[in-house]
Amino acid sequence: MTGLRYVYAVCRPFGTPLQSQLKGVAGDPPRGLTHHGLVAVVSHVPERDFAEEPLHRHLEDLDWLTETARAHQGVIDALTTVTTPLPLRLGTVFRDDSGVRTMLEAREEDFRRTLDRLEGRVEWGVKVYAESEPKKAAQPAQKAASGRDYLRQRRAQTRSHEEMWQKAESFSTHLHEQLSAFAEDARLHPPQNPALSKATGRNVLNAAYLVPRAHSEEFVELVDRTKGELPGMRIELTGPWAAYSFAGEAT
Amino acid sequence: MTTPSRMPEPYGQGSSANLADILERVLDKGIVIAGDIKINLLDIELLTIKLRLVVASVDKAKEMGIDWWESDPALSSRARRDELTRENAELRERLARLEELETGRAEKKEAP
Repeated sequence: MTGLRYVYAVCRPFGTPLQSQLKGVAGDPPRGLTHHGLVAVVSHVPERDFAEEPLHRHLEDLDWLTETARAHQGVIDALTTVTTPLPLRLGTVFRDDSGVRTMLEAREEDFRRTLDRLEGRVEWGVKVYAESEPKKAAQPAQKAASGRDYLRQRRAQTRSHEEMWQKAESFSTHLHEQLSAFAEDARLHPPQNPALSKATGRNVLNAAYLVPRAHSEEFVELVDRTKGELPGMRIELTGPWAAYSFAGEAT
Repeated sequence: MTTPSRMPEPYGQGSSANLADILERVLDKGIVIAGDIKINLLDIELLTIKLRLVVASVDKAKEMGIDWWESDPALSSRARRDELTRENAELRERLARLEELETGRAEKKEAP
């Protein structure tokens, strides 16, 4: 057995096997390492990429990071369909299996508590985007005939811009209240970076909701009903995710 | 343990999931455990990554013609309101001056 051990998640033993073609971060299929009734989902990774020095270097490389993050999420996603995994942060690496076992023992109580808290729950992501410019007000329809016309147009633009942001804010606040009331827990995340999300418009709400799997359909319907409620607002739903945003210490 | 009998269809996940959605979860969320390989994403690396992403996004966004932050540097609703209030006041003042001028001109015309 060579290489280092990359740990994706900790969960309770699960009966259903993972898809056989599933590949981990370095191409090696993930497997379960059971210890004290907990399972660490682990794959082998080469020292040349995951030892301290190369790992530091790789983390600065957005292409490598993208590929690794997608592979990490792929494993977590596969686990989410068969059990409730506690996802670990990207880049949790041990020298050998015994290092992983020691970690499981040291954090045993935490893991059990968190697993109990999250059992049967998934995370849904909801984002609201406001178009960055109201289409009509962006350019005056015709050239201003006079200074007074110009000022009038400018004032109307300013007003419609202001009104749009106020609407976007109150829409997002209302939506978040409504979804929080339905969900067991909620987290607000910072607005997303347009270069990464490739999304247009301004991200005015980026939230995560913890929802029992059994109530997920209802949650999705609740979100769907708000779509198209307010022109100029776009609502994006992602999930079901493993409960990434809720796996840390309970608040 | 059994597979849940009915899972809602995934929305925007898998290969189509947006990179920001994935990175914000696998880098910033999830359980933090000190492995044998020491990485400190929260300090140096993550900061570097974030800075780079910000730089990348500015260029990209400009390419796409999105530049609202240039007129809205604080990116907060309060700053936005302050800025608009200021601009509004300035414009009102200019409008008032123009109207005054025009009234003055009209009066001159009427006077023989």
